[in-house]
Amino acid sequence: MTEEVIYSFKGLYRDDFRVKGYKFGEGEKSVCILGSLRGNEYQQIYVCSLLISELKKIEANGQLVKGHSIMVIPCGNPYSVNIKKRFWSIDNTDINRMFPGYDLGETTQRIAAGIFENIKDYKYGIQFASFYMPGYFVPQVRMMKTGNENVELARQFGLPFVVLHKPRPFDTATLNYNWQIWETDAFSIYTSSTEKIDKISAKQGVNAVLSFLSKEKIVEYHGFAGYKSRVVESEKFLSIRANEAGFLESLVKVGDNVMKGQVLAYITDPYTSEILQTVKASQDAIVAFEYDSPIAYKNTALFKLIPGRW
Amino acid sequence: MSELIESVEDVVRIPLPVDEEYVIRKHRLKSSDGSGQKRICIVTGIHGDELEGQYVCFELARRIREKAQCLSGIVDIYPAMNPFGIDSITRGIPAFDLDMNRIFPGNMDGDMNEYMASRIVDELLGADLVIDIHASNIFLTEIPQIRINELNADTLVPIALHANMDLIWVHGASTVLESTLAYALNSRETNTLVVEMGVGMRITKEYGEQLTDGLFSLMKELGIWTGEAPTVRKPIVAYDAEGEDVCYLNAPCSGIYIKEKHHGSKVKCDEIVGKIINPLSGEVMAEIKAPEDGMIFTVREYPVVEDGSLMGRILREKVFMENLT
Ligand SMILES: [Zn+2]
Repeated sequence: MTEEVIYSFKGLYRDDFRVKGYKFGEGEKSVCILGSLRGNEYQQIYVCSLLISELKKIEANGQLVKGHSIMVIPCGNPYSVNIKKRFWSIDNTDINRMFPGYDLGETTQRIAAGIFENIKDYKYGIQFASFYMPGYFVPQVRMMKTGNENVELARQFGLPFVVLHKPRPFDTATLNYNWQIWETDAFSIYTSSTEKIDKISAKQGVNAVLSFLSKEKIVEYHGFAGYKSRVVESEKFLSIRANEAGFLESLVKVGDNVMKGQVLAYITDPYTSEILQTVKASQDAIVAFEYDSPIAYKNTALFKLIPGRW
Repeated sequence: MSELIESVEDVVRIPLPVDEEYVIRKHRLKSSDGSGQKRICIVTGIHGDELEGQYVCFELARRIREKAQCLSGIVDIYPAMNPFGIDSITRGIPAFDLDMNRIFPGNMDGDMNEYMASRIVDELLGADLVIDIHASNIFLTEIPQIRINELNADTLVPIALHANMDLIWVHGASTVLESTLAYALNSRETNTLVVEMGVGMRITKEYGEQLTDGLFSLMKELGIWTGEAPTVRKPIVAYDAEGEDVCYLNAPCSGIYIKEKHHGSKVKCDEIVGKIINPLSGEVMAEIKAPEDGMIFTVREYPVVEDGSLMGRILREKVFMENLT
């Protein structure tokens, strides 16, 4: 393993801004794995740290197949993590809305360009991503439908779901989209959490990447059978929304099977605890996303369901 | 004789979790005679830290009341599209950490913000003209200008000429901008001009007066105002779809930026426009020079810069020459 600084600049009163990459093996740029781009993505950094530790062992045991190189970048934005701010410290811009970046542009455009320059030539790109809403996900691989997506490859992670979604205007400035445009097969992996570390799903994320690497004959690794992934289009998700605003009392967890008519949650009046809404499943489904906040705004998607059963 | 009818109405009202309602309101001023019911909409406060439009909303209503008999149509004023943001000095929508100008055209069946965006689009659709007033951000001061997506230049530039602004900047199309309010409306055949002027968190009264004059001139053009309209200045028009009209000054290092030239200043090639200093070491870290002759139309206001921060924009001399011919 070698450690290198792939992008940096000098701070005025802070330590230098640095993005570090950990490289394994030599040869063809096979896989790049990136953790957090935002200041609240602790789980994403954590998953990368576990992966780095596993890859070190694999390399030491000679199980890294010759001719392949792998790079892991645990964090593209330590400045924001260290001040506990989700977006960029000074101007609140989102690095994951700046790709492919611009090396003569503004700070976050330069960071995006600096990172992208180092990672755009990899055959496969894997990003541990987070959702804009607080909540938990059933582990899944997401791919944007750019016309370049390869669903069969996404199944190699052995995660329960492969989710395909249509890019919206702002998606065109994300890392995943630009990786695909530059002909890297790109995947976003959602483990269950973001701001809290969930060790079990982190381990699942690591296993998913190792399973992918072994199926693509980049590492020799055994030990994770995985799921036979189900492919779902994101438009097929059912959003179960709050019709009222108030406290949210959730009765089911992500990954649960629910039946049509089953009570999923209550929205209650925060002053009187009167039930304002009994939230029910509209059909038999698997809970793919669970909103996590004590309060719900009106129209918030409290759950996203995948129709059917495990 | 026609009378002025005024009302303050809800555009959206949504219950919040704890004993409060979220509400976006408008002030409607309309003539009673029913004639010429054309409608102009003045929108501002999509970015909660941009306050220049606040004065314009007030001043417009004040001047209409002064000569109420000259109004012949509808003027709708929306001073706070992002009331949470204005209340909390937040650019985006607090609690959601979302840029409101990246969620249009919204979605009736979406979350609270998408729903609001969709209601706002419905509300403004069909107006004869919409003016969306922005104030740059807290980092940069802008001379009064209108920004137009190249896709709409043919329709919008002739209208924008009446707005009494100093500059009309026609910029290239970009996919990301498809989620702005202006894009949502212009692509649905409701003409919308985006004004950028002044600086975030402040009110520059003279710019407010200048734009208000422009609004009367636009209303006169539309037939909404029968009184005299102020004479307007002739703006510089930069057809910059290819990105060749403007030089960008980005910080070569982190430090404290001390500006030497104000926005609107003409500069010569190699003239110093500012410097980046390091108060810790007492050194000048970089002298920032104009790369070409031109006019500084954007200036860094917030002194702290880091590698890449925008310190200014210069409109190239050649654009002035084009405007003379
Ligand atoms: Zn703005």
